[in-house]
Amino acid sequence: MESEQHFVVTNKTFISVWAALVALTVITVLVAQAHKGNTSVLVPLVIATTKASLVLWYFMHLKYEKKLFKLMLLVPIITLLVILGLTFLDIWFR
Amino acid sequence: MESNFYTEPTKYNDLRKWVCSTDHKRIGLLYMASIFIFFLVAMMIGVVMKLKMLSAGTTFISARTYNSLFTVHGVIMIFLFIIPGIPAALGNFILPLQLGAKDVAFPRLNLYSWYFYIAGAVCALTSLFTGGGAPDTGWTFYVPYSVTTGTNVSLAVFGAFLLGMSSTLTGLNFLTTIHRMRAPGMGWFRMPLFIWSLYATGWVQLLATPIIAITLVLVILERLFNVGIFDPSRGGDPILFEHMFWIYSHPAVYIMILPAMGIVSEIIPVFARRTIFGYKAIAFSSLAIALVGYLVWGHHMFTSGMSDTARVIFSLLTFIVAVPSGVKVFNWVASLYKGSSVISAPLIFVMAFIFLFSIGGLTGLFQGALNIDMHIHGTYFIVAHFHYVMFGGTGFAFFAGLHYWYPKIFGRMYNEKIARYACGLMLIGFNVLYFPMFILGWQGMPRRYYDYPAQFQALQRLSSVGSWILVAGILLMFHNLVKSIRKGTPASSNPWGGKTLEWQTTSPPPTENFVEIPVVTSGPYNY
Repeated sequence: MESEQHFVVTNKTFISVWAALVALTVITVLVAQAHKGNTSVLVPLVIATTKASLVLWYFMHLKYEKKLFKLMLLVPIITLLVILGLTFLDIWFR
Repeated sequence: MESNFYTEPTKYNDLRKWVCSTDHKRIGLLYMASIFIFFLVAMMIGVVMKLKMLSAGTTFISARTYNSLFTVHGVIMIFLFIIPGIPAALGNFILPLQLGAKDVAFPRLNLYSWYFYIAGAVCALTSLFTGGGAPDTGWTFYVPYSVTTGTNVSLAVFGAFLLGMSSTLTGLNFLTTIHRMRAPGMGWFRMPLFIWSLYATGWVQLLATPIIAITLVLVILERLFNVGIFDPSRGGDPILFEHMFWIYSHPAVYIMILPAMGIVSEIIPVFARRTIFGYKAIAFSSLAIALVGYLVWGHHMFTSGMSDTARVIFSLLTFIVAVPSGVKVFNWVASLYKGSSVISAPLIFVMAFIFLFSIGGLTGLFQGALNIDMHIHGTYFIVAHFHYVMFGGTGFAFFAGLHYWYPKIFGRMYNEKIARYACGLMLIGFNVLYFPMFILGWQGMPRRYYDYPAQFQALQRLSSVGSWILVAGILLMFHNLVKSIRKGTPASSNPWGGKTLEWQTTSPPPTENFVEIPVVTSGPYNY
């Protein structure tokens, strides 16, 4: 069995990602308080996806994985995107 | 009989030989036994319901009991019989054999899935007799009623949650097995079509089931803590529940039907003695059904108050999903054409499947049209439609597969004549039971009502008589199959002349399936 390669990720990267996660959380809260109708749903969804991607990409080392794993992750993301899209066809056009 | 997995020594010599075994064949049989026990229970509940419908008004059961009966019938049939049915029972037994593998990729996880199934079943059944009594919401658990009813919905819903775990893990196990454990030489397009159908099913199980899990958890949270996610007075939305429920439960229809279609694609070439017509079209149509099947859930909600935009789009998508199903039906019929057909019980069940599934599928399209759905939504028409698809389709194909692989599983033959009579009886009973429901529904008889006006009496009674014929057929079939496990004549390794790998090993197979892992050099239906 091949030994797994270990990539060293600098503390600077970790801290920047953490700061980005905190900033995005703050934006989510602000957008929710602004009561902007459809935007208050769409923006948090986009932000949540971005946050999850950051965690996967850096903290869970997806960045250093094979292309196949990255592609596989796209399958559930696309599925979820389509499902949410179709649900909002109802909610936004009522 | 040669040495086989039943007779070969195992670590334990008591019941643990079964309930602690990681052999996919034993786990498949564990599932099969449990699934059929639940099937028979739910079937008897169905018979009681039909018995009630012989006469209008309160007779031997009250309206409230009737509500619980159709809920329990639905929950058991859907979650305990037809969703796990083919993949967990026949799939578990046959998949590694057809792939030329020794077992599934994760044998322990496989056994674990069965325990999840049993735990879910125990919860669902306990809910009938504890708390506020059997749930009366229908198997769909629609809010706001499911949140406010005093019956034991929380436990039943938790049971369904556990069953979902079982289904997801089985899907994951099969996908990995299909990707990683095919015999040398078995490329993707040399895989039997049953495997293709389990592959498509596996993706649906893996990607759709978590959504029902979270939805059911939300119902429990709503009941226990009054969260408000489905309550409009607090910014929630009851229709959101319907969306989330059907986002899983419509693809679940394809979890039920795809493996059934796989069985049909397997049986036809063997008994028509010719290669299947349009192998790739059938394989890809399974994937297409799985894919498009994700996008049509809204057709369950045309009368729920959804936006017009969504209704039009869901209606269009519903018509599109019929195309790959049609592709399969045409391919099956074309495969039979000019074949040297050997008429035998599995093929007779398959013929019944094609007939009943075609009626079920086409009446589904009626409901996909928005204007017609306004008229027939929530009536007996829909009850007839989904029984034609689920029972006439999946049920009959399950029985076809059971007869087809019976000699491989048990190493014996059943009584062919009785099997044919049973199938005939079931086919007649089925149509007498469910066809009148199309007419009743069209005339306005609502589903889930325990009472009806006088003009529906004749057809209601005819339908009840049908239920007795159907049950007689089913019991005859099970009697034949169970009796033949011990008394049937011994079967050879390949009694049907099949070309797929499960027929290349002994019947029943040895513990690790093959003495030597086979090498595949041609396609699966090379006649």
